[in-house]
Amino acid sequence: MAAGVATWLPFARAAAVGWLPLAQQPLPPAPGVKASRGDEVLVVNVSGRRFETWKNTLDRYPDTLLGSSEKEFFYDADSGEYFFDRDPDMFRHVLNFYRTGRLHCPRQECIQAFDEELAFYGLVPELVGDCCLEEYRDRKKENAERLAEDEEAEQAGDGPSLPAGSSLRQRLWRAFENPHTSTAALVFYYVTGFFIAVSVIANVVETIPCRGPARRPPREQPCGERFPLAFFCMDTACVLIFTGEYLLRLFAAPSRCRFLRSVMSLIDVVAILPYYIGLLVPKNEDVSGAFVTLRVFRVFRIFKFSRHSQGLRILGYTLKSCASELGFLLFSLTMAIIIFATVMFYAEKGTNKTNFTSIPAAFWYTIVTMTTLGYGDMVPSTIAGKIFGSICSLSGVLVIALPVPVIVSNFSRIYHQNQRADKRRAQQKVRLARIRLAKSGTTNAFLQYKQNGGLEDSSSGEEQVLCVRNRSAFEQQHHHLLHCLEKTTCHEFTDELTFSEALGAVSLGGRTSRSTSVSSQPVGPGSLLSSCCPRRAKRRAIRLANSTASVSRGSMQELDTLAGLRRSPAPQSRSSLNAKPHDSLDLNCDSRDFVAAIISIPTPPANTPDESQPSSPGGGGSGASSTLRNSSLGTPCLLPETVKISSL
Amino acid sequence: MGAVMGTFSSLQTKQRRPSKDKIEDELEMTMVCHRPEGLEQLEAQTNFTKRELQVLYRGFKNECPSGVVNEETFKQIYAQFFPHGDASMYAHYLFHTFDTTQTGSVKFEDFVTALSILLRGTVHEKLRWTFNLYDINKDGYINKEEMMDIVKAIYDMMGKYTYPVLKEDTPRQHVDVFFQKMDKNKDGIVTLDEFLESCQEDDNIMRSLQLFQNVM
Repeated sequence: MAAGVATWLPFARAAAVGWLPLAQQPLPPAPGVKASRGDEVLVVNVSGRRFETWKNTLDRYPDTLLGSSEKEFFYDADSGEYFFDRDPDMFRHVLNFYRTGRLHCPRQECIQAFDEELAFYGLVPELVGDCCLEEYRDRKKENAERLAEDEEAEQAGDGPSLPAGSSLRQRLWRAFENPHTSTAALVFYYVTGFFIAVSVIANVVETIPCRGPARRPPREQPCGERFPLAFFCMDTACVLIFTGEYLLRLFAAPSRCRFLRSVMSLIDVVAILPYYIGLLVPKNEDVSGAFVTLRVFRVFRIFKFSRHSQGLRILGYTLKSCASELGFLLFSLTMAIIIFATVMFYAEKGTNKTNFTSIPAAFWYTIVTMTTLGYGDMVPSTIAGKIFGSICSLSGVLVIALPVPVIVSNFSRIYHQNQRADKRRAQQKVRLARIRLAKSGTTNAFLQYKQNGGLEDSSSGEEQVLCVRNRSAFEQQHHHLLHCLEKTTCHEFTDELTFSEALGAVSLGGRTSRSTSVSSQPVGPGSLLSSCCPRRAKRRAIRLANSTASVSRGSMQELDTLAGLRRSPAPQSRSSLNAKPHDSLDLNCDSRDFVAAIISIPTPPANTPDESQPSSPGGGGSGASSTLRNSSLGTPCLLPETVKISSL
Repeated sequence: MGAVMGTFSSLQTKQRRPSKDKIEDELEMTMVCHRPEGLEQLEAQTNFTKRELQVLYRGFKNECPSGVVNEETFKQIYAQFFPHGDASMYAHYLFHTFDTTQTGSVKFEDFVTALSILLRGTVHEKLRWTFNLYDINKDGYINKEEMMDIVKAIYDMMGKYTYPVLKEDTPRQHVDVFFQKMDKNKDGIVTLDEFLESCQEDDNIMRSLQLFQNVM
């Protein structure tokens, strides 16, 4: 639990007085915590340095070593102190955590050593306070990376080690992703690179005009049209290779959907598709225009180089992450362009034969002027136009020059930040998940506790299961509190599984077996027939065991009548599901006083007293495998009895 | 040009902000810091011994160094005990019962006074405290709506996964049963006397009141 919750437990328990008038069942008695001697000062001796603190301080975190009974293992009776053979400097931080609730990370110590100390004292590293958290994580990451690098270097030296039984598919994928792993992969890598280059060069050369051989007049033709066959063959070869590569990657990919959606595969597809479309489309005049446009897409083959170049990938990623800055730049430029174009248009409106025919036409002038290109194809002729033109070119310098260093520094800052942010986000999820796990540990602790038959009266001390006895005082009291709440509302805490099962049972209207972990319902002293709940129990029984309805009802009624017979102030009668058979057998009581019947009916245990059953005919036979019956009904007696009913 | 304008505007806001921040910072520095009355006084007013008060105060001060608990912190603390469900509404009602002076914060004296009643008080005092808890608007009467709110808040603490499955009208039924028992003259409201009388008649309640005797 979180900081200092143990301090507030008495208050939370006191506040439970508010439930009392509402409780329809009597509440269970409080756990008999042995009289604590108030608050005392403990001495913790860590390698000779003595630390003294209140016992309460350590009890604040009952799920750590110092807060739980685990510290008793380190107690030295002769000196009356707890002795730990650990680093005293680190212990200071651990103890401060108990005192302040925040765990700080020492700056000058090795992070690994700190982690080890935390592990020893049962503290989760996620408890490190926010002030020190970032540094802690950074140092840890650094460490981890350094270790990983060492490992990789080792591995690379030894040669790549694939699991022996890896399939062709896995090996192929690995070859694709890491070309350095095998010679064949490397060869394939270079060959594809070569063909990408060839394809791109061919696209470029296609359009160069080559002189035809001695033709009168020497007609300039692009090479593509002069040697159509050669270029076509080269194109076909490249496309064949690219298609083969794409199909092989698709086959080898561990997750085909993800591969299909990845950017690289899209680029591959865009690179080879025009060729196939060109093959399929018939060569008629109408569509050949469109076909020519398609050839433009062949230039995207150059992006295939990004598989071969790490830098290109990084650039693409940075652009993506810098999109907002670029967008802002574009936006402000657009604003400026529109303003100046409008101004120039109206300034030049009067002139004859002006180039500034419309505002969009003036856009071109503005862009050319602002970027200081100055082609000179559009020039203002009026004085006003020249004035505004000069303002435009001056401000253009500012507009273009100012953001560029900002964007460049943004690039590097955002790039690094993104790396760190992604890391942090991933770690945050893990961190929250671990804290949630620890929390759910306490949530489940109560259910677990019920399962282990913990809600037994402490007066029947010998019969308590060992694991139940070793709970701390805090846990005892907290579980008692939750138990009171259950009693007040006549509902039990369960886990998700049982809940959904119960829901399903309600909807289906009948289930024959129930393997659940819902457990006990201790009944308070003296009121063995509580008002609301037998009805509920019957309802439950009816719902859940349609087929054995009569049996269950019968057993309930039997139990009820038996309860009616015995008006003894028997304290806890306990029923627990899943009580192991040997537990009940081991109970060492007088057999005449102790009656235990373990009935395996697929029904929940009764809220009503779990009484002994004389030969209950239905009890044994309803479908479950093993029925255990222990001893027989003794005479109703006033001695405390413990009865267990479990359904298997 | 847009960038230029952008820089200008950001410069302006930068200048305006410091003055506002300064005031807030100063306010924060003079944080609410409350010291309780003396140990002897508290010992006289409550049923705790000095040692118990010391233990209580150490814990309280550690959790709330400023000496007061506000409602948010209270709700968070209480919610930690009931991880299954939502304890905020019940904590809200509890807080307002603890906060007898309706100041919005619970001081150590309020805390200790309430604990003294609940743990060491007479039956009469405990029942009266519970009546105050149920009487949300503190008008001296409990009506059905107030009871519904309280019962709903308690059932909320159970959470979603209960056995048997919680139904819509379970709280209402619970309230009806309660009113049947408590409301003697069947006028739809429960007064303090009716409440005390009915509770004293019920053995269960009387016995349960001794439950939290040894909490400290």
